[in-house]
Amino acid sequence: MALAAVPAAFVAVFFAYPVATLLVRGIGLDPGRLLDVITGSRFLKVIWFTTWQAGLSTLLAGTLAVPLTWAIANRQFTGRRLARVLVTVPFVLPTVVVAGSFIGLMDRFGLDQGTIRLRHTVWAVLLAHAFFNIAVFVRSVGGFWTQIDRRPEDAARTLGASPWLAFREVTLPRLRPSIVAATSVVFLFSFTSFAVILLLGGPRRSSIETEIYRYAVTRSDISTAAALSIVQMVAVVSLVVANGWLQRRVAGRQGLVADRAVPAQTRRQRTRLVTMLAGTALLLGLPLAVLVERSLASGGGYSFANYQALGERVRLLPISAADALVNSLAFAVVAAGIALVIGGMASLAIVHGTRSVSRVLDLGMLLPLGTSAVTLGFGVLISLDRGVLDLRGSWWIVPITQSLIAIPFVVRGVVPVLRAIDPALREVAATLGAAPARVRREIDLRIGARALATGVGFAFAISLGEFGATSFVGRRSDLLTVPLAIQRLLSTPGDLLRGQAMALSVILMLVTAVVVFVGDRLHPKAGGML
Amino acid sequence: MNNSLTRLTAPIRSVIVLLLVSLIAVSCGGSDGTEVSTGTETSVASPAGVPEPDSSTTEATGEEPEAPAVGIADEECQSTTSITLATHDSFVVSDGVFESFTATTCIEVEQVAVGDAGQLVSSAILTKDNPTADVMFGIDNTFLQRGLDAELFVPYESPLLATVDAALQLDPEKRVTPIDYSDVCVNYWIDRLPGDAPEVLDDLIGPTNADQFVTMNPETSSPGFAFLLATIARYGDGWEGYWQSLVDNGVSITAGWSDAYYGEYIAGGGARSIVTSYASSPPAEVIFSDPPVDTAPSAVLYDSCFRQVEFAGILAGTEHVDEAQQLIDFMLSTMFQEDIPLNMFVYPANSEAALPDAFVEFGQLADNPATLTPKEIEANREAWTERWVEIVLG
Repeated sequence: MALAAVPAAFVAVFFAYPVATLLVRGIGLDPGRLLDVITGSRFLKVIWFTTWQAGLSTLLAGTLAVPLTWAIANRQFTGRRLARVLVTVPFVLPTVVVAGSFIGLMDRFGLDQGTIRLRHTVWAVLLAHAFFNIAVFVRSVGGFWTQIDRRPEDAARTLGASPWLAFREVTLPRLRPSIVAATSVVFLFSFTSFAVILLLGGPRRSSIETEIYRYAVTRSDISTAAALSIVQMVAVVSLVVANGWLQRRVAGRQGLVADRAVPAQTRRQRTRLVTMLAGTALLLGLPLAVLVERSLASGGGYSFANYQALGERVRLLPISAADALVNSLAFAVVAAGIALVIGGMASLAIVHGTRSVSRVLDLGMLLPLGTSAVTLGFGVLISLDRGVLDLRGSWWIVPITQSLIAIPFVVRGVVPVLRAIDPALREVAATLGAAPARVRREIDLRIGARALATGVGFAFAISLGEFGATSFVGRRSDLLTVPLAIQRLLSTPGDLLRGQAMALSVILMLVTAVVVFVGDRLHPKAGGML
Repeated sequence: MNNSLTRLTAPIRSVIVLLLVSLIAVSCGGSDGTEVSTGTETSVASPAGVPEPDSSTTEATGEEPEAPAVGIADEECQSTTSITLATHDSFVVSDGVFESFTATTCIEVEQVAVGDAGQLVSSAILTKDNPTADVMFGIDNTFLQRGLDAELFVPYESPLLATVDAALQLDPEKRVTPIDYSDVCVNYWIDRLPGDAPEVLDDLIGPTNADQFVTMNPETSSPGFAFLLATIARYGDGWEGYWQSLVDNGVSITAGWSDAYYGEYIAGGGARSIVTSYASSPPAEVIFSDPPVDTAPSAVLYDSCFRQVEFAGILAGTEHVDEAQQLIDFMLSTMFQEDIPLNMFVYPANSEAALPDAFVEFGQLADNPATLTPKEIEANREAWTERWVEIVLG
């Protein structure tokens, strides 16, 4: 019971209470607003656009992730671990930087004008969302796939099934729980995306999230913003409920293994592997290459000058970029720690709890990801404002807020794995005299450790790259984070500042890669005992 | 259960330990960097072609003359009071500035940053009953009336207001104090213009400058909104026709400033030579140029300038009115005012504050900037921006 109580209390205090306070403040003043928003044709258009672009973004990300997901799950190759790591990197980049890289690329390939103009089209939005989110599929689905026993497919093949048939009929159904989980996370991420819509979608497009910002911030019209937030949350809840239903329906017990991947043996297998890896590398690597090139451009040539400059405080920033990196790392460590503990406990409670506990907790953990940063940030400001809970402007509020967004990544990665554990395994352990706690420790947590480590890696990356909520909750000025510093450097003219912003982005990428790499290496081997 | 969690997470705990170690390593590196910061600030300025960067920096910040006072006053402080200053993210002062205030007044200043100016004002209105701060800086004339209508501030007339141009003192009841101002102006890249340099707003709708101008959506960008206000101030009811002509002439619209300046304007490798930015952008192009340049590559279309004034105000509900008043006085003092330009790229409100050389040489403010009263702006904001959307975005 404590297992469910702690995460529930955390989300109740730091998410439900602040958001509810804001919604009551907003709608309480003017209940008719909700009706206006729901029935206003302008808002219907916005709601519809938000939904379909998120759906297509998810579809595109999932499709583009297939080659690398397959390769990582099934093939042993040099750099396999590295590929798992590098794919996470786009995740932490500030949108303004990625948008800049995309625009740079489009310029270079002449896609900024003419018939295949990408800029300020919905395609740019979809591509950017896919770019950010491929990692979720590759790491969650790929990690899960690696752990499922390949023998049933081999048996199907032996019985004469083509590789495609064996995949479709045997592998795919077993992957479905993790695909469903990853899909929900990516959908929510795209559903509440803010800067991508504004920067790449062009001035004519608005999503629920950008409208909430416009009303809450530009117009100080909290009642319309709150009404839109409610619409957003209703949409998210219905999605999550449908998704949870799907997830339970498809969740199957299955044999789990430590690692199913085998080396490519024939020349054909090798060629196929190389093609798949190269395709993904091109897709993810090109925008990053533009960024690296820009970070090195300095003084009319190429050098590390932009990097060297980061140790010194540049005017415009309250602290040096290096100090901002220290802040970001400290926040990320704490946010990832919270996500690990709360997300881990919640996952166990969701898998082992009663049906209602499980469903409520599952929803509660996912909801923050689908909630506007404006709603959450302003909610915190007006609710956590008294006594011990007066966290406004405190150090802790930043990692706590970031962890709310990171927890779903842990839960959505771990739950499918735990659900896949053969109950017989737990029964055997219990029969042998293990107490329930020991069963969870020896079976659930050991088998779920890889997924847990993956989730914590995401949590770390999310915290490092988080912008919206961090800027809204208010923080001491010297607690500048890297994304905020990058944004600030890019808000004043001058090539020197832009070069430093690019260098800082590259460092953010490198730090993320190192941390995720170390995290991946440290997760325990998921037992040969299976 | 706790026990089992601790045991399982051991491997992950080691990740955290590793993170902490790396953190410490980074922080050591970071503090190394900070130590050299005074030297480097000059080196940032010096290649920019600013004559005598050393002297200008010291003069501007005035840190040196204040230094002895710090030591003396520190000892005299029996107890210090702490007050909180809420600002937007762009607020930055040099090291030592607030410390010297603390040294002379025994008042410590905690700074809390909340997003952009719009976020700052909206959050102040939301938290009015239990404010996060004692003093707020960063509400500008486009948001001022909203803050005044919400009764955010209590009046205070600083004696130093005598040094401030009356045109900047937009609240006759002195609920807010002007701290700095700047002009949002159309900029052009001098040697990439297709024709002669534009001199009046009407030049932007001429055929020579077709497809050259990029500006921002006033709904999502503060300079974008300021430029809309400039056109309304200049053309009156004719602004709608002017924007229609801009659209016909191929104006491009982006969501934010960075997107326009670095995405479509020449400065970022784009193709357009005219952009909405600030009067201080040409000096910034010099100060932060890479490689260093002696002259500004861009210039300002003065006819297009809209004056933005930023204010500080004492938040209603503060228990530290006296300390807050001292802070306002300090923010108007020449020491603070001379520190403003190179940190925030805006102009000091105190007319006695000396400007940095680069501002004197490359930056010029409009003689006759467009203005609208805060009342007009607040009353018409929604109608204007909605009409703008209809005309420009269709």
